[in-house]
Amino acid sequence: MSNAYLSLSRVDMTFPGPAGGNPVLRNISLDVRRGEYISLIGHSGCGKSTVLNIVAGLLACTSGGVIVDGREVNAPGPDRAVVFQNHSLLPWLTVYQNVEIAVDKIFRGTRTAAERRDWILHNLAMVNMSHALDRLPSQISGGMKQRVGIARALAMEPKVLLLDEPFGALDALTRAHLQDEVIRIQSELGNTVMMITHDVDEAVLMSDRVVMMTNGPSATVGQIMDVPLARPRNRIALAEDKAYNHCRQEILSFLYEKQRKVEPISARTSASFGRKEKVAA
Amino acid sequence: MTEIVEPIPVARPAAPGIVQAWAQSAVRGFLAYVLPPLVIIGFLVLVWQVLGSRPGAALPAPSRVVQDTWELIAHPWYDRGGNDVGIAWQLLASLKRVAYGYSLAVLVGVSLGVLVGQSTWALRGLDPLFQVLRTVPPLAWLPISLAGFRDGSPSAIFVIFITSIWPIIINTSIGIRNIPEDYRNVAKVIRLNGFEYFGKIMLPAAAPFIFSGLRIGVGLSWLAIIAAEMLIGGVGIGFFIWDAWNSSRISDIILALVYVGLVGFALDRIVAFIGRKVTRGTSAA
Repeated sequence: MSNAYLSLSRVDMTFPGPAGGNPVLRNISLDVRRGEYISLIGHSGCGKSTVLNIVAGLLACTSGGVIVDGREVNAPGPDRAVVFQNHSLLPWLTVYQNVEIAVDKIFRGTRTAAERRDWILHNLAMVNMSHALDRLPSQISGGMKQRVGIARALAMEPKVLLLDEPFGALDALTRAHLQDEVIRIQSELGNTVMMITHDVDEAVLMSDRVVMMTNGPSATVGQIMDVPLARPRNRIALAEDKAYNHCRQEILSFLYEKQRKVEPISARTSASFGRKEKVAA
Repeated sequence: MTEIVEPIPVARPAAPGIVQAWAQSAVRGFLAYVLPPLVIIGFLVLVWQVLGSRPGAALPAPSRVVQDTWELIAHPWYDRGGNDVGIAWQLLASLKRVAYGYSLAVLVGVSLGVLVGQSTWALRGLDPLFQVLRTVPPLAWLPISLAGFRDGSPSAIFVIFITSIWPIIINTSIGIRNIPEDYRNVAKVIRLNGFEYFGKIMLPAAAPFIFSGLRIGVGLSWLAIIAAEMLIGGVGIGFFIWDAWNSSRISDIILALVYVGLVGFALDRIVAFIGRKVTRGTSAA
């Protein structure tokens, strides 16, 4: 706890609602080292995105606290840049302007216009988007939009980069390509990254540690696994790797044996039964 | 067949090729977009001509209309003082009233729309009022505004204002309420202040909705001015029509209707064009 860069201590989150509200998270404690790549994995609805939003400052936790680089988080800010799942680019701004709006706001006082311009171009070059600076988001593909989202977040020079299922909406090939680029960029810049995912391979491939969350309500950290794989990692070589497959197996057994999600399946069956009866009647 | 599959002829240095390609695309555009309406209009005018030429027809045929109103068509800018001015002056007088009333409606409407879109309390307080008032027909406002202003011209402007403001308010507030949570989150992460959020996120994000309100509003205000002017008198295309009716110049009325339609169409297209420019094509309309 002493030398953690990002630290969550006893975070509880209860959304207001009937009968004392809806307890989503209970007693989440987690320490992340500087430069570490950490993934949160769990079934959908377990509250992993809520954890990310609390770290981002977009949600205030009911009790407990988050400390980044020695300072408590109580509001959103560019030191905790977020890459949202659905890219969330502003559709009326070009690729360049979408990064510019952040860079101009954050570095207006500290950098000259020329420096800011170079910095925007540098970040867009890093995600290989230099060819489309003047395109609108509607004119580029989903993968490209997510690249711009990543460039915008990186351009904020965040202490912690927060990725909220950043590859979830992409097709498998684009996803693999973009994962490799994020791995490359993270190894170059040494960012501290917290990524939300529900993809087991993605979690193992990209992370130094994988945090597995139990099912909600009152979800908490179920298990933390170190990924003992050397970097740079190669996805093709890893497919045969023993340690890699062991990590995958451990997450899979956590998700599908220890934290098997039962309710939705039974709910769905009974719902379809109900429909059948209606049709028959 | 061979000309069609040719790609964009950028690399071709020969000038005649470019001219030829331009002429070809112009002809194709004419056939696709200009010819169909011309055919339909020609057919309708023909039907009108046949019906209007029958003995005892109540309304004049188009040839008769042009003959009767040739003086007005040929000299739109004449000015003999008082109400006796060319049709261009009449239209301009009406447009001026619309410009005042509509500009005021845009200012007040967008501001109120932002307020109602941002504050749930204001929405609950004002929405019932809006929903009732917006159903009041434009002309029903005229007597009360005449009583209030004691003058024709400000009353007409007020009627424009009160007619066109409702769709602007309602569409703006819907646009503001529909700003995706993600945009708000982006603004929070980069810590935009209230003014920056208003100018850089809120207005552009709501712009497609705002402009559909502005388009409906400009159409309504043109509808309302004609009716209002019939009652207040003075120079203006509405009173021109009423005056023509009173002196049984049916051809003048028909000519005025054509002009009113064309101006209304132009107003709608101008607002739509500005909307497309401002929203950079993200506007739904």
